[in-house]
Amino acid sequence: MLINPSSPHSDDGWLARNIVDPSLKISEPIVLETKQLHVYYGDNEAIHEADLKFLEHQISALIGPSGSGKSTFLRSLNRMNDGVARVTGEILYRGVDVNRSEIDVYEMRRRIGMVFQRPNPFPKSIYDNITFALKRRGITDKQTLDEAVETSLKQAALWDEVKDQLKKSALALSGGQQQRLCIARALAVKPDILLLDEPASALDPVSTSKLEETLLQLKNDYTIIIVTHNMQQAARISDYTAFFNMGWALEYDETSQIFTSPQVQLTNNYVAGDFG
Amino acid sequence: MNNNLQKQLLKRSKAAKLERLGKTVSFLALMLITLTVFAIIIFVASKGLSTFFTNHVNWIDFLTGKNWNPNVTNAKGQPEVGALPMISGSFVVTILSALLATPFAIGTAIFMNEISPHRGAKLLQPVIELLVGIPSVVYGFIGLTVVVPAVRSVFGGSGFGILAGTFVLFVMILPTVTSMSVDALRSVPRYYREAALALGATQWQTIYKVVLRAATPGMLTAIVFGMARAFGEALAVQMVIGNAALMPTSLVSPASTLTSVLTTGIGNTVMGSLQNNALWSLALVLLVMSLIFNLVIRMIGRKGAMSK
Repeated sequence: MLINPSSPHSDDGWLARNIVDPSLKISEPIVLETKQLHVYYGDNEAIHEADLKFLEHQISALIGPSGSGKSTFLRSLNRMNDGVARVTGEILYRGVDVNRSEIDVYEMRRRIGMVFQRPNPFPKSIYDNITFALKRRGITDKQTLDEAVETSLKQAALWDEVKDQLKKSALALSGGQQQRLCIARALAVKPDILLLDEPASALDPVSTSKLEETLLQLKNDYTIIIVTHNMQQAARISDYTAFFNMGWALEYDETSQIFTSPQVQLTNNYVAGDFG
Repeated sequence: MNNNLQKQLLKRSKAAKLERLGKTVSFLALMLITLTVFAIIIFVASKGLSTFFTNHVNWIDFLTGKNWNPNVTNAKGQPEVGALPMISGSFVVTILSALLATPFAIGTAIFMNEISPHRGAKLLQPVIELLVGIPSVVYGFIGLTVVVPAVRSVFGGSGFGILAGTFVLFVMILPTVTSMSVDALRSVPRYYREAALALGATQWQTIYKVVLRAATPGMLTAIVFGMARAFGEALAVQMVIGNAALMPTSLVSPASTLTSVLTTGIGNTVMGSLQNNALWSLALVLLVMSLIFNLVIRMIGRKGAMSK
């Protein structure tokens, strides 16, 4: 487990001795790591010193009440906060600090893809949505594009539902299908990490469980970091869970630990449903 | 008790009366505007059509004739009221000025909304609002003293003509087209941009392939609005176009538009005479054209709404 030692809750006494690096317990390599990450909106500090490590081919969930900074943190990871907020500290992607101005953000975002809260397909056909990023990268070979469409739609478990209507507008799909299309679109560029910002919050329960199944499948090939306000969802699909509150990453541990025996009282209150 | 309740519920309260008054007033306002619009259409139509019904001018001759001289009768014993020179003059200046203004407007709108929103809002917004507010006679006067001599020295001829009219109209419709293009860009949801950026697209790719595509209906509306304004603009065009009711053969020879002939001619004719009726027919053409522009704008809007 990892408990933020500098958070205002760390003076609870019993914390200090429990600080353990999660990577020591498991064998997977660290894909993404933040060191001393601070995020500021103007003078307002939205994230205070987050040090988190994300492990390869695991699903890590970021939970916490509204305004806790979990989405802000997530959006900082692939620099979607550029021009919106000031991000200081290191974001180590496989050892390379990508939070530097010299980094080519376009190349970095291809490796660290993102899916948003609200399904946001382009007002184009299903096919064009998926090939969008590939075409922007100069890939025009029809066969390559066709294959990418089929592969990524299959990965997102949408192929069977749309294979006969790839030329149809993406906006004609249901909300759940649109969100899986957005996942397929992100997968088409073969990312390493997939960031998901409350991807199921606009979906009905059936679509949500389909999406969760998809994510569990994707885990085999991708590292997934998901923000969710749905604790059951975090418990169902994630391997690791980080609890955010008021801009602090308070506790980070295996999901089963967080939900059964959290070390921080606030985490306990939150997963027990006392606030949030 | 029950009786009392019934009395209370059946009595009209002050709030209910006010509600009714408000509805009546707003309905009357709507009726007044509708009636005015219809009255104008009926008046212009009855005047404009009397050229064809009272003076028995063939409407095909009117629309296709190339000679405009209502005081003279031609070999067929018909007055010379061919409106084609003005109609084509109007269309040519409108289309040319829209063609010229569109790239500038889209470029400015992209800069203001996508590339530098802060500076755009601070610097360009007031400039554009100011440009909209300048009266057209001022534009015409500047056209007359600056544009016409410039055209004369660069392109030759007298300087008066379609080219000078195009330049003046370009400046006049630019703010309209720009500010409507900005609105069109602004109405593109932020999540389209985010989606493209998160896929690793550059800002220019995002603008060109996503934002502009999504804003196309709004952009087209902006352009058609600009064209409608250019088509209907009278004073400034009249001051620089030369006012010769001839078929436009070059961009620098004097020509005329529907509006310029109307403004120069309407005060010099007697109500009910053929000369007067012929001008009303030109006004009718203008009115029909502006209705068509309106229809086009509505059609674009509806198509845009469907594809969203």
